[in-house]
Amino acid sequence: MDKKLQEQLLKKSKAAKLERLGRGVSFSALLLITLTVFAIILFVASKGLSTFFSNHVNFWDFLSGKSWNPSVTNSHGQPEVGALPMILGSFIVTILSAIIATPFAIGTAIFMTEISPRRGAAILQPVTELLVGIPSVVYGFIGLTVVVPAVRTVFGGSGFGIFSGTFVLFVMILPTVTSMTVDALKTVPRYYREAALALGATRWQMIYKVVLRAATPGILTAIVFGMARAFGEALAVQMVIGNAALVPTSLFAPASTLTSVLTTGIGNTVMGSMQNNALWSLALVLLVMSLIFNLVIRLIGRKGAMPK
Amino acid sequence: MNPKLSNKIANGALYGIAGFIVLILAALLGYIIITGLPMLNWHFLTTPARAFTAGGGIGIQLFNSFYLLLLTLLISFPIALGAGIYLNEYAPNNWVTNVVRTAIEILSSLPSVVVGLFGFLIFVVQFDFGFSILSGAFALTFFNLPLLTRSIEESLAAISNTQREGGLALGLSKWETVTRIILPAALPSILTGVILSAGRIFGEAAALIFTAGQSAPALDFTDWNPFNISSPLNPMRPAETLAVHIWKINSEGIMPDAKAVSSGASAVLVISVLVFNILARFIGKRLYQKLTSAK
Amino acid sequence: MFVNPTSQQTTTWLERNVVDIKQKFGANIILETKGLRVLYGDHEALHEGDLQFGEHQITALIGPSGSGKSTYLRSLNRMNDDVATVKGQILYRGVDVNRSEIDVYEMRRRIGMVFQRPNPFAKSIYDNITFALKRRGVTKKAVLDEIVETSLKQAAIWDEVKDDLNKSALALSGGQQQRLCIARAIAIKPDILLLDEPASALDPVSTSKLEDTLLRLKDNYTIIIVTHNMQQAARISDYTAFFNQGTALEYDVTSKIFTRPKVALTNNYVAGDFG
Repeated sequence: MDKKLQEQLLKKSKAAKLERLGRGVSFSALLLITLTVFAIILFVASKGLSTFFSNHVNFWDFLSGKSWNPSVTNSHGQPEVGALPMILGSFIVTILSAIIATPFAIGTAIFMTEISPRRGAAILQPVTELLVGIPSVVYGFIGLTVVVPAVRTVFGGSGFGIFSGTFVLFVMILPTVTSMTVDALKTVPRYYREAALALGATRWQMIYKVVLRAATPGILTAIVFGMARAFGEALAVQMVIGNAALVPTSLFAPASTLTSVLTTGIGNTVMGSMQNNALWSLALVLLVMSLIFNLVIRLIGRKGAMPK
Repeated sequence: MNPKLSNKIANGALYGIAGFIVLILAALLGYIIITGLPMLNWHFLTTPARAFTAGGGIGIQLFNSFYLLLLTLLISFPIALGAGIYLNEYAPNNWVTNVVRTAIEILSSLPSVVVGLFGFLIFVVQFDFGFSILSGAFALTFFNLPLLTRSIEESLAAISNTQREGGLALGLSKWETVTRIILPAALPSILTGVILSAGRIFGEAAALIFTAGQSAPALDFTDWNPFNISSPLNPMRPAETLAVHIWKINSEGIMPDAKAVSSGASAVLVISVLVFNILARFIGKRLYQKLTSAK
Repeated sequence: MFVNPTSQQTTTWLERNVVDIKQKFGANIILETKGLRVLYGDHEALHEGDLQFGEHQITALIGPSGSGKSTYLRSLNRMNDDVATVKGQILYRGVDVNRSEIDVYEMRRRIGMVFQRPNPFAKSIYDNITFALKRRGVTKKAVLDEIVETSLKQAAIWDEVKDDLNKSALALSGGQQQRLCIARAIAIKPDILLLDEPASALDPVSTSKLEDTLLRLKDNYTIIIVTHNMQQAARISDYTAFFNQGTALEYDVTSKIFTRPKVALTNNYVAGDFG
């Protein structure tokens, strides 16, 4: 055996030391991100739960109460922190905007992948990318100066409300849902389409009965993703919804969402006060909903991954 | 219904829908450009805002937006780069990696207002940074990290494994191979990702309201000492950005020409994002050509 | 199965016939494996591949796709560490390098590798050669220049590129790229050069240039080459090993393998009956 060689090969080289260092450094970057996520969840949860633990608000009253006025105490000596108006508001605008956006998104995506891929790539793809890129305050501002007055003129009232909020969100999530649907349609293998056409199907039958069916999990993911965005969107909605913490009774009356109350409220309350804690509870609801949306997307992904 | 007829109807409907989307963009852009463009002049872009009288500009907000963007990228890029490298080059296929990936996915789907509130809690209150550029930059870092990490990871993954083997076979460590061979080769697409993320950061407002604050104190543009309170470079001063400004003047409704100012500011935002988009594509392409072609 | 008329002298079908080249030919063994087994997950890709390699010889590893010859080659300088479990001993000048305490980077510097597809880095020709040297602390321009010239000359590509050393390596043709990769590998002066089907992506002219290069490198390096090309193995190698289904079935001097193999399966393979 070559002793000298053995020694040389057993000595830690500069490369080996660099490798350990690099691996450690890059891992700590990743660890930092992961810890941040846990910290966010932990901090928001602990602040949000203090409404129930230190201020002794009944959790059920919080979810189902219709009156939001944390600085006022009701007849039972409890602060009025009924979050139902905001929770309802958030869900209504989210669901409505998703319902309206879905057919448009699917239609556009089909156009881009099946009907005219050339025009899709040349016109519609940049269009959707640009729409995704427009900042949400700009959507809010246009909603405020164009949509709200238009709603006021057509339907009467102030123009602020669920309808305007839904419309703004619809435009906002449309490009996201569209581009994700396009990705879903593109994963459908070519031979599915060819097989359908070979059997004498018209193009529409092929799209409707084969392509859309095969891409369903991907399309569902796109829709849920859009809903998650709509649910969490703050400023654009806040600017057009009217910010009245009332249980919505009409599409055209001022209402509010979790995010809109948060953005307007948090600056006006003192850290650690009851009013402030109540707002953190709203943030917690937002956080939990975002986790649920995430979970749903994963479940769809897992189901969709199974052989069709 | 007759299949041929339904095919025709569906076709027509699809053309209609696609046209509708193009129309939306045209209307949005048209509105922003038509109402905003007349506002854009040197005076508007450079003078400070006026709260109670008409005729103010967006100078300070514009500067704040760029400064905040720069700081955010300076903080988030190294972290995202490290995380992206680890995920693509080292991460074993096990439950730890799974947890980490899930965490990043959660972070990317968190509403930006929640991220902003967390930033407020930690940096503004706990660390006592106050409403400041630094607090805002950290909040935006959280907001930016997941997408940037993913885009870097994808850029690295796109480089062929034969390049890695080439480095390893020369007795180089994986780290040297990745940082000296793979990273330079992936640079064009990494840069594209960074510039696209810059567009997102530039327009973000919800995460900044309670971190960078909603006020834009006067700045002395002759004082570049970052420790002076009126210096533009001071990272501890409150700094309302362009996007926050649009939101604030519209919700307060005190500024008499709020609508005109917002139009102008919106046009600046949208044009900036547009420029970022075009730049991303252009620079990526140019760099790629430079790397691969004969010089 | 039928018995090929030329295989009359064969003794067995599947019994291994691996010649001890040290004993039989007095070869100076630089590298050998003992009890080497390679597993991808649960799948064992290599069961019985033990061979000895003579110093300053060219050894060809042949066999049908999936026979384990590439797996074997890539295990020799532990390029498979990340994807497979490699058991057994790899004795390099008597030192077992298949141990975790061995510095794998130092080892690979001595046992270099060239791959199937040319993989020059997205850098200039000059930087491709000097890259690893610089990382190892060689910084003097004169020294680097000298090494660039000698390794490019050894790889028989100097005349084609000497005027544009600063050109991107990606602008070269496939054959040139592969010879550049060989130059890159020998620039760090390895002891052994492993080549994994280096000519499979090349045209005949480039292939023949590459073979000339290898024959010339033989004086200074030990070469182990995996190839699908029977003529290539016959033309350049001193020893040949035939792999089948994860086993090195037969190993002998090249002329023996191609004219009078002992194992019938080897005969069928070199005669082109399968593979």
